[in-house]
Amino acid sequence: MDAACRELLQAVVDVARAIFGAAASSVFLLDEEAGELVFQAVSGEGEEFLVGRRFPAGRGIAGWVAVSGEPMIVDDLTTSTAFDRALAESTAYVPDALMAAPLLSGGRVLGVLEVLDPSPQARSSVRELDLLAMFARQAAAALRVAVPDAGAGWPGPDGTGGVPGPLSGTAKGPVAGPAAGPAAAASALDSGRRADALRLLATLEEVLRGE
Amino acid sequence: MEAAMSTPGRGLTWSLRGRGPADVPVVADPGPWPPDSGGPAATGRGVRVCVVDSGVERDHPAVGRVDGSWVVVKDPDTGETSVRPTETGDSCGHGTACAGIVRRTAPECELHSVRVLGERFSGTGDVLLAGLRWAVEQGFDLVNLSLSTTRDRFARELHELADQAYFARTVIVASAHNTPVESFPWRFASVISVGSHQEDDPGLHLYNPSPPVEFFAPGQNVPVPWLGGATIRTTGNSFATPYITGLCARLLSAHPSMTAFQLKNALYLSAANVRFRSLPSLPAGEASDESSESDEPGELHRSRESPEPPEPRLAAGADGTGN
Repeated sequence: MDAACRELLQAVVDVARAIFGAAASSVFLLDEEAGELVFQAVSGEGEEFLVGRRFPAGRGIAGWVAVSGEPMIVDDLTTSTAFDRALAESTAYVPDALMAAPLLSGGRVLGVLEVLDPSPQARSSVRELDLLAMFARQAAAALRVAVPDAGAGWPGPDGTGGVPGPLSGTAKGPVAGPAAGPAAAASALDSGRRADALRLLATLEEVLRGE
Repeated sequence: MEAAMSTPGRGLTWSLRGRGPADVPVVADPGPWPPDSGGPAATGRGVRVCVVDSGVERDHPAVGRVDGSWVVVKDPDTGETSVRPTETGDSCGHGTACAGIVRRTAPECELHSVRVLGERFSGTGDVLLAGLRWAVEQGFDLVNLSLSTTRDRFARELHELADQAYFARTVIVASAHNTPVESFPWRFASVISVGSHQEDDPGLHLYNPSPPVEFFAPGQNVPVPWLGGATIRTTGNSFATPYITGLCARLLSAHPSMTAFQLKNALYLSAANVRFRSLPSLPAGEASDESSESDEPGELHRSRESPEPPEPRLAAGADGTGN
């Protein structure tokens, strides 16, 4: 995976985790053709092994967020014995609370930003929902700046496959292979724009954390 | 309305020619039933509610009986959609949550489910549109739609469908989007649109004097049924909407002839932020004058501490009349 893309996505999840004082945060990108969400960046719990994992995009809270394009907060999940059992098994971590917001670009869902176990004061209020949605909007904007709408696929994690280009209207499945993906993304990525995107996130973090 | 205009003679009345008021009688519901009069309880009994969402979990104790479950299936080759009965439950928990809020607000209503999410990823609005159309065609009294689509190309069809539902007395109660983006069908005047307020009162609804979203209801940290028989808490306009759907079900159970505009009026009159100006106190024998000084701003009279709507003909049951 292109280093700049990876850095950008990692910055998104690191900042999200920091803002909400959360145990973990993830970005999933949507592979529309396969009907799956793919862990693309993880901060915190599961960071070492989750990137690249896939699960059906029609299921679970992240799935609902991807399909509906709406943010959502749920709390008290550990009381639910059936909560996302498959996902919980694969992540070895079942959160008690979860916030998720769509990454939207022009009405199109690129993926989902998820925050697991935010600090208790950052839960279950309309204000937090708004904050999450605002941050997700900034993150999507940063992604849009960093990755131009060139029809190139998102490079897969570790160069071992790919997710169709979420910014492209002509996504055709995981076609961006180890060679094409990183090459296309890297050639299209201008270092100045990358810097802009990262600066955007850094500024946002400062504002939101009141520093 | 193009289709209707092209098919005259189907009972459409473009103007009242050759007939008088006696030829178009309407028998409206009576006013509110006095307490202990034996009138129908406003519990939702006899009212058919359809939740268009991610499905509803079967046998969830906080949802109770689900009278019908359907799913919209899209043919991956032709793109055609169809609606089928299904034994599957909920793919996410969202639909179960909405159904549970309707159930606890209107305990005796009939609950039906049309699943438009979770079959596979279907980010397009056509599955949503197909599910909503089917629900309107079935003639449900109320359709809870805690969803919307941002796709412009579905806006016109959704608009026409919402208008069709309005006149057919299928009232669509639709969530406003949680973020400030354009989406549909909550934007349309022919649906009842709902957003969240931040108050802790689980029985509080407000009228928005600055639409498009018309009503606010509890949507923050709301306890809801979830998958696996569980109960969780959640936040969003999605959960404010079924509370209003439930209120409408209660109204309709006590006053089955109410139209969509009457329901909106009842919700308006019973909203906690709608206050009533006092009547001017006139010397005996003087006619009322619209321009009397009591009509000036600032003369709002906070005479209604009780949530009981003062306009009894329409508002009975909005807050539990009949209990």
